[in-house]
Amino acid sequence: MRKLWQNAKRNFGAIGIIFILLTVGGWLIFMILLPQLIMLDFSFRPLLPLRKLGGPEDVYTLKNYIVLFSTPLHRAIFFKTIWSSVIVTSVALAICYPISYYLAKIARGAKFSWLMMGLIVPYWINELLRLFAWQLILADAGILNQILMGLKIVSDPINFRAGNGAVIMGMAYAYILFMVFPLYNAIESLDTNQVDAARDLGASWLRIHRRIVIPHAKPGIAVGCIMTFMLAAGSIAAPQLLGSPSSFWFTQIIYTNFECANWNQGAAYAMVLAILCLIFIMIMLKIFRVSLKALAK
Amino acid sequence: MEHVMGQDVAIDNVSMQYDGAAGFAVTDINVDIQAGEFFSFLGPSGCGKTTLLRLVSGFLEPTKGAVRIGGKNMRGIGPNKRPTAMIFQNLALFPLMTVADNIGFGLEVRGVSRSKRLKKATELLELVDLPAVEKKRVSDLSGGQMQRVAIARGLAVQPSVLLLDEPLSALDLKLRQYMRTELRKIQKRTGVTFIYITHDQGEALTMSDRIGVMSAAGVIEQVDKADVLYNHPKTAFVADFVGDNNAFRAVVKQTEGDCAAVETSAGMIRGRNPQRLAPGNEAMAFIRPEAIRIAAEKQPQHNQIGCRVESLSFEGAFVTVFLKTGKEQQLVMRQPNDGTTPLLTAGSAIDISFSEKNTLLLASGEVAYA
Repeated sequence: MRKLWQNAKRNFGAIGIIFILLTVGGWLIFMILLPQLIMLDFSFRPLLPLRKLGGPEDVYTLKNYIVLFSTPLHRAIFFKTIWSSVIVTSVALAICYPISYYLAKIARGAKFSWLMMGLIVPYWINELLRLFAWQLILADAGILNQILMGLKIVSDPINFRAGNGAVIMGMAYAYILFMVFPLYNAIESLDTNQVDAARDLGASWLRIHRRIVIPHAKPGIAVGCIMTFMLAAGSIAAPQLLGSPSSFWFTQIIYTNFECANWNQGAAYAMVLAILCLIFIMIMLKIFRVSLKALAK
Repeated sequence: MEHVMGQDVAIDNVSMQYDGAAGFAVTDINVDIQAGEFFSFLGPSGCGKTTLLRLVSGFLEPTKGAVRIGGKNMRGIGPNKRPTAMIFQNLALFPLMTVADNIGFGLEVRGVSRSKRLKKATELLELVDLPAVEKKRVSDLSGGQMQRVAIARGLAVQPSVLLLDEPLSALDLKLRQYMRTELRKIQKRTGVTFIYITHDQGEALTMSDRIGVMSAAGVIEQVDKADVLYNHPKTAFVADFVGDNNAFRAVVKQTEGDCAAVETSAGMIRGRNPQRLAPGNEAMAFIRPEAIRIAAEKQPQHNQIGCRVESLSFEGAFVTVFLKTGKEQQLVMRQPNDGTTPLLTAGSAIDISFSEKNTLLLASGEVAYA
């Protein structure tokens, strides 16, 4: 401990240490630990009127958690959110893998710059605005319906926003960058000669990807999937703007709880969502046999 | 190894221009490589050797001309369908697979069962003198071992032609020299046609049946056996690039039979004139360092130059002496360390001479290190 202090003092100086403790320590305690602990505390207490707080009824209970699984609607929406987020993640992976491969190994010069710009520029616009743009495209009198009707493919406008389709599509679009960049970084680090060598030995494109590129890109795939899944499962704007009552998202229930001043149940649901995301991370790491250390790279 | 037979490779008038590039990477390449031959392309970096290799392997299609393997035009046939296998400069082994899976990859592609692949891998590892490493990870091998695994992986698909892209350049000197003889042995054992590209003339001269020397401009200067290249270079570039050489810019003054006399900054020089240069032609006179002697006595006129000893470099079997002529041109002389020659000291003045037979006159041209 003494040695640690002496080392730190030599490296950063006394003022440096105080600065680091104040900023990093303050951030860690006040912005991460405390709010989470307060939420955790809330989630285990019953909803009580103000005057009963601290009274005999204010005890720790699992009631808020039990409600989630004993209310059929909430339970259904919870599982639907998981399932839909998995679909969003899969769709994003399917779209982003070829893009990332193209960016990392094929596109050169101007093509690369244009594609990169095309991917990044939309992200200069606020997420809400991008989702509104999707609303304009998918609305009954929207561009897509007008084109379809103009081409006489359909006679009446299709309600794209019924069901989960629009939400899943909007999210897959909204989180593309979070999938593309980890994939791009992973594929880019693959020695192109390995692809050539596999091809030279007779491998088809499918086999090259299955045996060479994907195994190499595993950490990137894991990171991209984790980020996309967490963003999708925790998204509120996309279901709010693109969804219909039938595509209610778990985050919307949490939001409603807080809105109705039932912080306790909201906190419990939020905790469940956080745990779900942790479980998903563990599963991904297991599936892709990636260690946390490799992930950090 | 069963059924593996080398095939001949004909590079017919091949030129290659990359998309958007101003000039040709290689121009009018005409080389016939025989079945079972160890053929090297030797040239300075950037001369288009790698381009040539990728044209044969199928990663590139020639802009003009054709590559024929075993008489069959390869245009439109991809690298995965050609009877060639390539050994990459960095070897490009698959780091996530075991040695056996690496070697068996080409067979896996061809639908060979796992047990047969393992058997084949064991066989091939035997062939390249690296037994009992099947289960190891590639990253656990040393540089020389990786080299052998890469060759085994290439040979596993029974190619007719093995293409090697400077695979020895990453090894240290001792291992490199050892692998040269090993590569040669493996080539003889398998009978596969080897096409080897390198900028290292030592590699090319020691391993190859024949060598094609390429200039920086991407053209073939000469195709011959090692000793012919060294003793009878056809162009100034080859004379300069293959082995050490002393070069004088010269103008032909008079000719008589196979010989000619030229005027240089160091006076008149007489030498062989295989190209029949005529008086007035611009020429270059080449004298190998080992052909230079210390003159016993003042001889009149030609093939004798007064020099100052600049420095000496003792290399064991011989001593390399760096000289400067009165006109400040640098010369290199190599003396055997057998006690027959007097020991020189830096700064002393000497006269050097060389015979007419050992002096080669060639038309003036591009040289490698001018």
